[in-house]
Amino acid sequence: MSTPTAATTPQEAAVPTRTSRTGGARLEERAGWLLTLPFLLLFVVFTAWPVIQSVFFSFTDIRNKDLRTPFAVDFVWFEQYAKAFADPIFRQAAFNTGYFVVVGVPLTIIVALAAAIALNSGISRFRAFFRLGFYTPVITSIVAVAVVWRFLLHPDSGLVNTVLGWVGIDGPNWLGSTTWSMPSLIAMAVWRNFGTGMIIFLAGLQAVPTQLLEASAIDGANAWQRFLNVVLPIIRPTVLFVMVTTTIGYLQFFEEPFVMTKGGPLNSTISASMYTYQQFSFGNYGFAAALSYLIFIVIAIITAIQFKFLSEKGD
Amino acid sequence: MFQDNGLRRRWWLYLILSVALIVVVTPFVWMVLGAFKTSSELRKVPPTWLPENPTLENFTSLFSRLSFDTYFLNSTLVAVAVTVGNLLFCSMVGYALAMLNFRGKKLVFGLIMATLMIPGVVTFVPLFVLVANMGLVNTLPGLILPFLVGPFGVFLMRQFIMGLPKDLVEAARIDGAGELKIFARIILPLLGPAMATLGILTFLGSWNNFLWPLVVAQTNDTYTLPVALALYSTGQNQTEYGLLMAGATVVVLPVLVVFLIFQRRFIQGIATTGIK
Repeated sequence: MSTPTAATTPQEAAVPTRTSRTGGARLEERAGWLLTLPFLLLFVVFTAWPVIQSVFFSFTDIRNKDLRTPFAVDFVWFEQYAKAFADPIFRQAAFNTGYFVVVGVPLTIIVALAAAIALNSGISRFRAFFRLGFYTPVITSIVAVAVVWRFLLHPDSGLVNTVLGWVGIDGPNWLGSTTWSMPSLIAMAVWRNFGTGMIIFLAGLQAVPTQLLEASAIDGANAWQRFLNVVLPIIRPTVLFVMVTTTIGYLQFFEEPFVMTKGGPLNSTISASMYTYQQFSFGNYGFAAALSYLIFIVIAIITAIQFKFLSEKGD
Repeated sequence: MFQDNGLRRRWWLYLILSVALIVVVTPFVWMVLGAFKTSSELRKVPPTWLPENPTLENFTSLFSRLSFDTYFLNSTLVAVAVTVGNLLFCSMVGYALAMLNFRGKKLVFGLIMATLMIPGVVTFVPLFVLVANMGLVNTLPGLILPFLVGPFGVFLMRQFIMGLPKDLVEAARIDGAGELKIFARIILPLLGPAMATLGILTFLGSWNNFLWPLVVAQTNDTYTLPVALALYSTGQNQTEYGLLMAGATVVVLPVLVVFLIFQRRFIQGIATTGIK
């Protein structure tokens, strides 16, 4: 992905020849900054500075009322972080986020991979059609998704329970039950997100040489063995890439519960990001900043572990 | 992938894919059909598939009663401004980082890459304080400015420009062309695929963006479509499902059209850059 290690600049070698020409390097220097400056101004003000400032905020008790004087607030150091760890709702939110990631990420990847393999398996006609169909949920606004899914999952008039009724199953009150609320949101998230992974897997599968598959087929390997021993090792980097990006995305689990359940029932679907947003909207900016940094730290650690895993297997 | 399949096998595959496709697109079909139903029909148990008395009333109500024209305009203005800004500024930096040498270049690139992995929720609080102090809460600039540039666009552009032949630039330099002219006349015309990918992704991202507009847009005249839809879909004593289905359709259809037109490039772009 976008690791800082990609920052090497091969054109350094061009410098000596440039300096030998009349002021070329100076012109290049000026042009470089001229092209960078507009971006940099906006970027520093609206991205870099807020990142730094949020660390500062997380050590203060800044609230709504302090908005006009953000630097006159009291320093409380780690008090907000301590408060977060002691907060039962935040613990519940952290648990829910973990639940979402642990169940949702593998499911999303399996569905995405299955779809990609099916589309790549000698389907010549209609491939673009299926691909488009499977991808449409990705481009849809979460709010539109929520409106439709809330309706589909309605306990009485919803399509899901109607279909279940045909086979004699009395479907639950999906979003109103503490047991079924999370599985409902996970199902929705898998439905909405597997298309992204599918597209990336399709690109990865292009790298699998067909001769290799033919050879192993002749040697008597069945489809499953070929997948496990030929395909999977070749697309492993792609799998890990999709895993890392999906995990990062799911750790920020926010929109689904926000628009579907408001975190309920009984906080059964409240997520860490959503709780952060809630605290923010209550005006507890210092606390919200501390929560956001906790989420960031967890994301950074998990991403680092996944990258280590990725490099250890020697790609 | 497996080349040895006969017709029998393909038959199965088509069947499985078709069933999967039906499951995937059912919510959409349901939504669009629902937009043409009356509210009473939408409450029916068991639910109906096709509208019994198809009506356009839901759509007309959106615009007559709920000023969806304003929200539509706001969404479009914000998405277009954000897309243009990203295309312009990110390609400029991308060129500078890929082809030019200047002091501080590594620092600039490091700074941009470092923020790429930071989730939006981290900058949320200080960004709001900043925008509030600038007096931009509940204004369109407040919705646009924080997204006018982003680290991802720079990364994509830099990677793409680094793949372009360096001889082109060298030749132009020898001919005496200035760097800005080289960028505008030589590099920019070659950026088509990268521009398409970044442009579509940025437009979709902005069109569907929800959290930031929800916070910054506080009255009717600055709502974007997702914000308006979310606010109407909750907290009402009597939920008007027909209106919601029509609203959801209005949110989805423009991006679906954009996607249908550009889908080849879009999917290729995502596959090669490997991002969401």
